[in-house]
Amino acid sequence: MLTFFQHGIRRLFDLADAGFNRVFGQTCNPLHQLGALSFYFFWLIVVSGLYLYIFFETSATAAYESVEYLTHEQWYLGGVMRSLHRYASDAFVVTMTLHLIREFAFNRYRGARWFSWVTGVPLLWLAFASGIGGYWLVWDKLAQYIAVTTAEWVDWLPIFTKPMARNFLSQAYLSDRFFSLLIFLHIAIPLMLLLAMWIHIQRITLARTNPSRTLAIGTLCALLAVSLVRPALSQGGAANLDIAVSVINLDWFYLLTYPLLEVWSAGGLWLLLGGLTLVLTILPWLPPAKKAPVAVVDPDNCNGCRRCFADCPFEAITMQAHSKRPGFEEAVVNQSLCASCGICAGSCPASTPFRSIEDLVSGIDMPQLKIKELRLKTKVALEQLTDDVRILVYGCDHATDVKAVQNSGVAALSLPCIGMLPPSFLDYVLQEGSASGVFITGCAGGDCYFRRGNTWTDQRIDGQREPVLRARVAREQIRILWTGLLQKKELTKKIEDFRVSLKAVGHD
Amino acid sequence: MIKLGQFAGQLIAYTLFAVTIGYFSASPAYVRLAPDQAVVKLSFSHAGQSVGDCYERSDEELAKLAPNMRERVVCPRERHAVSVELSLDGKLMYRETLQPSGMSRDSASSAYRRFTVKAGRHFLKVQLGDRSPEEGYTSVLEQYVELVPGQVLVIDFDEGISNFILK
Repeated sequence: MLTFFQHGIRRLFDLADAGFNRVFGQTCNPLHQLGALSFYFFWLIVVSGLYLYIFFETSATAAYESVEYLTHEQWYLGGVMRSLHRYASDAFVVTMTLHLIREFAFNRYRGARWFSWVTGVPLLWLAFASGIGGYWLVWDKLAQYIAVTTAEWVDWLPIFTKPMARNFLSQAYLSDRFFSLLIFLHIAIPLMLLLAMWIHIQRITLARTNPSRTLAIGTLCALLAVSLVRPALSQGGAANLDIAVSVINLDWFYLLTYPLLEVWSAGGLWLLLGGLTLVLTILPWLPPAKKAPVAVVDPDNCNGCRRCFADCPFEAITMQAHSKRPGFEEAVVNQSLCASCGICAGSCPASTPFRSIEDLVSGIDMPQLKIKELRLKTKVALEQLTDDVRILVYGCDHATDVKAVQNSGVAALSLPCIGMLPPSFLDYVLQEGSASGVFITGCAGGDCYFRRGNTWTDQRIDGQREPVLRARVAREQIRILWTGLLQKKELTKKIEDFRVSLKAVGHD
Repeated sequence: MIKLGQFAGQLIAYTLFAVTIGYFSASPAYVRLAPDQAVVKLSFSHAGQSVGDCYERSDEELAKLAPNMRERVVCPRERHAVSVELSLDGKLMYRETLQPSGMSRDSASSAYRRFTVKAGRHFLKVQLGDRSPEEGYTSVLEQYVELVPGQVLVIDFDEGISNFILK
């Protein structure tokens, strides 16, 4: 059932990905940067919010007037900042929600990644509390609706001895003191949100918290444009608790559940949101993921070079004093953090197929596919090639199935992650003369299932990251395609293009 | 170099993004209250009477206590539950027995209820009992009210006159 949902949503994302890739390119595809965009929108909210706070009067009687002043008398800056504050908050909810759905659809929330998922759940509550609290401060008709409805909803919980809603019975009941509390909360809750966002990315190496410059500028321009075309305005004048709110323009990004309170009981909504929170929290263990074997360090072959430490996308590797070589370090794998991607094996200088020792053992290896076995499988695959142009494809288990493109001229091997492939294997395959070219494929750029596999592979081949591909390897004999999951047609076409180009330059 | 087609595509994407954000940020409108409706809110916070009478300790009893505990008059802390009933045009809208708050059940009983009603003239009756159930309701307010559309009528309990007031 869960898998059915995942596949269905994933298919939609793949379709959207294909479209965005064409328009933005893989490196600027907004769907690959939803988390980073959320961070970016958060900072836009902070900057615009700080400006608003300078002019904001922190009392129930003067708050509305101060916001009106900003909106109308200072529309060119204060009004734009108010609109930007609102629209960036809406964009934050959009990217945050899409980020959650995407990570679920791509199955990137289980096993070692449970921490990022679970710590993301409170973010939802904090984000909505921050946004809804902000609407309250304008103290217009919308604020009145939100204040009364929120208070009625919260009163269902046995927290307060006197109902919170009594604060909003009529104008006579309103106190500046309570209003000051709301302002404090509108600062404190976003600070808690920031702290929670920081915790959320703690088990991730080099977490992407900044979107590409193109997207940052593009989305900012879009938000500024909507701020100018449709500025955020107060609704229905200042709040008047003696007159009920009849018709109101809701911000549906934040207040989608509020109308439910008119048809359900407050308890019903608590049950829905509480239940949803509970399901999201335990989702990584529904059912528990089968733990794949984690990386294993061989001290005899580990020289403490720190490459695996630098490349691990999940901070699963630390360095400690070498157990056999005084003065050296050795890598240590934290089993609970290891996602079994194998990127560490791909980074190890001992993971080279050229080594002539009898038993090829890497400094760090994956039990399910050791470097020794990868070399053997490579040899076997090469032996199957009989055409004049022979291509060996290295793919990844989380992208398009490379086995499906095999024929007499194309052999394929799939790895847990393409980042597990040491660059020396490309040299090895071409030096042997058994293949005319090597085709490398994996997840779309910027959207690797294990976060960094395709990025590190690109950098290793380009000579920007250790272990680098040796200069003697002819780059024309290597072709790279980063693509999504269901891109067999594109993969087949690119391999055929590669075959033609190899033949054209005489690599047959 | 960005191609013209990509530029156009990005422009469309950013426009869609802006339009989506701009539209759903304040549309469509939500109708919470029909044009011919008004709101009645019944809310109060009132402590029921003590469940027992105060009594005076005898000198012997006081002598047994520590010097700082020798309070002659002792009153029970617990309060009675507060019963409340609201009817509009003879139709019962709300009836509840509200327990006192506090760990020792010695604080006020509180209520908050919102009702949406047709605007116009109504006969309102609200009753409260803050003693033992046998004594029934001790405070009663009966009154015709004229509600205009959109009006919020608040029914609160005034401790000064020990009865409900309308605001």
